[in-house]
Amino acid sequence: MSADNQVIISVKDLKKHYNDGDIKALDGISTDIKKGEVVVIIGPSGSGKSTFLRSLNLLERPTSGTITFEGQDINDPSCDINLLRQNMGMVFQHFNLFPHLTILRNMTIAPMKLHGLPKEVAEKKAKELLARVGLEDRASSYPSQLSGGQKQRIAIVRALAMDPDVMLFDEPTSALDPEMVGEVLDVMKGLAKDGMTMVVVTHEMGFAREVASRVIFMDDGVILAEGTPDEIFNDPDNDRLRTFLAKVL
Amino acid sequence: MIRSRFCKNCGLKVTGEDSVCPSCKAALPPLVPENPAGKAQKIFLFGLLSLILFWFPLAGIVLSVIALCFWTSNNGIVRNIAKAKTGRILAIIGLICSIISNAFTILVMSVGNLSIWAEETWEGIVGWALDIPADFENNFITDDRYQYIFKGLGITFEVTIFAALLGIALGVIVALIRSSYDTLKEELRGGFGKKFLSFLNKLCGLYLTVIRGTPVVVQLMIAYFVIFVSSNNKVLVAVLAFGFNSGAYVAEIIRGGIMSIDKGQFEAGRSLGFGYVRTMAFIIVPQAFKTVLPALANEFIVLIKETSVSGYIGLQELTKGGDIIRSRTYSAFMPLIAVAVIYLVIVIFFSKLVSMLERRLKKSER
Ligand SMILES: Nc1ncnc2c1ncn2[C@@H]1O[C@H](COP(=O)(O)OP(=O)(O)OP(=O)(O)O)[C@@H](O)[C@H]1O
Ligand SMILES: [Mg+2]
Repeated sequence: MSADNQVIISVKDLKKHYNDGDIKALDGISTDIKKGEVVVIIGPSGSGKSTFLRSLNLLERPTSGTITFEGQDINDPSCDINLLRQNMGMVFQHFNLFPHLTILRNMTIAPMKLHGLPKEVAEKKAKELLARVGLEDRASSYPSQLSGGQKQRIAIVRALAMDPDVMLFDEPTSALDPEMVGEVLDVMKGLAKDGMTMVVVTHEMGFAREVASRVIFMDDGVILAEGTPDEIFNDPDNDRLRTFLAKVL
Repeated sequence: MIRSRFCKNCGLKVTGEDSVCPSCKAALPPLVPENPAGKAQKIFLFGLLSLILFWFPLAGIVLSVIALCFWTSNNGIVRNIAKAKTGRILAIIGLICSIISNAFTILVMSVGNLSIWAEETWEGIVGWALDIPADFENNFITDDRYQYIFKGLGITFEVTIFAALLGIALGVIVALIRSSYDTLKEELRGGFGKKFLSFLNKLCGLYLTVIRGTPVVVQLMIAYFVIFVSSNNKVLVAVLAFGFNSGAYVAEIIRGGIMSIDKGQFEAGRSLGFGYVRTMAFIIVPQAFKTVLPALANEFIVLIKETSVSGYIGLQELTKGGDIIRSRTYSAFMPLIAVAVIYLVIVIFFSKLVSMLERRLKKSER
């Protein structure tokens, strides 16, 4: 894409229905995500946040609407889904590290198998990433030997090892003990500072306030409010948003 | 999408057309071309070939199925939709032509064979019945009666091992088809490939229902007296019958193992950019293998004991060997207890092996 076009993901009237339309998980979402933006999505449980995030890398297939990633309609037969996902890192609530592989192997398997990187190069790169999150000494451990916070940091660098253009986070700290939340958020803050484009579903309002370039409030499958953290948190102009914030803040 | 590749020297991701890495100056692999695998080309080619070769036994069907599965699959890019669609139409016509042509061939062949087949069936049954007295006479003449037990044991092992191999092969295929269908039915673009997978899935379902719904002895007898009536190779028939039987149980064991792996593992693999097959190969199967190994070993033990019904088709394996001795000496106690003890020793040995294996696997899990 040309440099002046900064929109990296463009979503138009995205709908996702389950059970023949009985459940409208997404009911017409439109938004543009620009390069370097940190978009934080908040909203009550069941409002469709995960469904939206998972539609972006086609873990869920939209019922209708279009998603354009770097100029490519991703629901079109001309889209290589695997290539799309190589360019979009995803971090899950439950880490989903591969338990049968060492930390290092968890991080090198995708670059080696998908990009043909030689082992030494992939491992050197993985170790640099591990050092960045302070876990260089855990390279040969297995996931089950790590704490939750460590696992999530590994999950983040595993995705980063593919050098994605966008990172998606689905409640990355919700499964963590409170004392481990900070270490994961710090890694994410560092990423944001380095200019990574990020879409983050989270209940950490502090993180949203501090890091987000834009906050999206979702309810019942639609975007009810959207704006800078200041607009959303200090001057909410939507009743349901106010109720929601009163509950979580 | 912004195309890129990784520098194999320093691991940097490079977009743009440069031919050397901006960081380490090493030569870069070429940028993935705009139309990489030429999926449309493949669809078109296989579609065309299927139409050209429709008259050749099975070739047309296989080629058109490949073309149509390419169309349905999500992997790779279809840049030239028009060409791909043409290829699809060619493949569909090719498929129809080859089905007609193949059906015709089979009809001609089977009518030609049918009379011979029926005759052989009848002669086989009569011949076998007439052979029984001769067989018995032969058995009575044998001097060393314990030979029956040793030889029988050898045959029991032979049948069990080959049937187990066949069962595992079949079971893996059926399990993969069924679990692929379960995971891919949401994701696949509609069309022939999806229908084909759904058809295979139904076929596997039918196989499982029939095999698991009828006794193995009946299956064995049907195999020997109905299907392979012209075959004298009892070991082979037993291997096939027990293999097909065991395959159904193995399939469910393996499918259970695959299904027991957290869905998040699959999604993690896919979200890194691995396709379905590679996600299965690198992430799901290695984990599932650990969980199903004990159950598979158990199935093997069951199979050893099940082969004891081979006597129904006159196969002289261990049980039948003991039975022959019994019928020769008119004393049941010695030979039958001997047979029982041998089975018991084998089963205890393998059970020990399985529980050792289980302990080893638990240890490596940490
Ligand atoms: N596979 C599915 N089948 C049917 N309904 C589903 C499915 N997946 C999600 N839903 C429904 O879609 C709605 C949105 O779900 P989603 O998981 O996106 O919410 P969420 O905002 O992420 O909630 P949470 O904060 O609890 O994670 C919910 O009502 C949910 O029950
Ligand atoms: Mg969610």
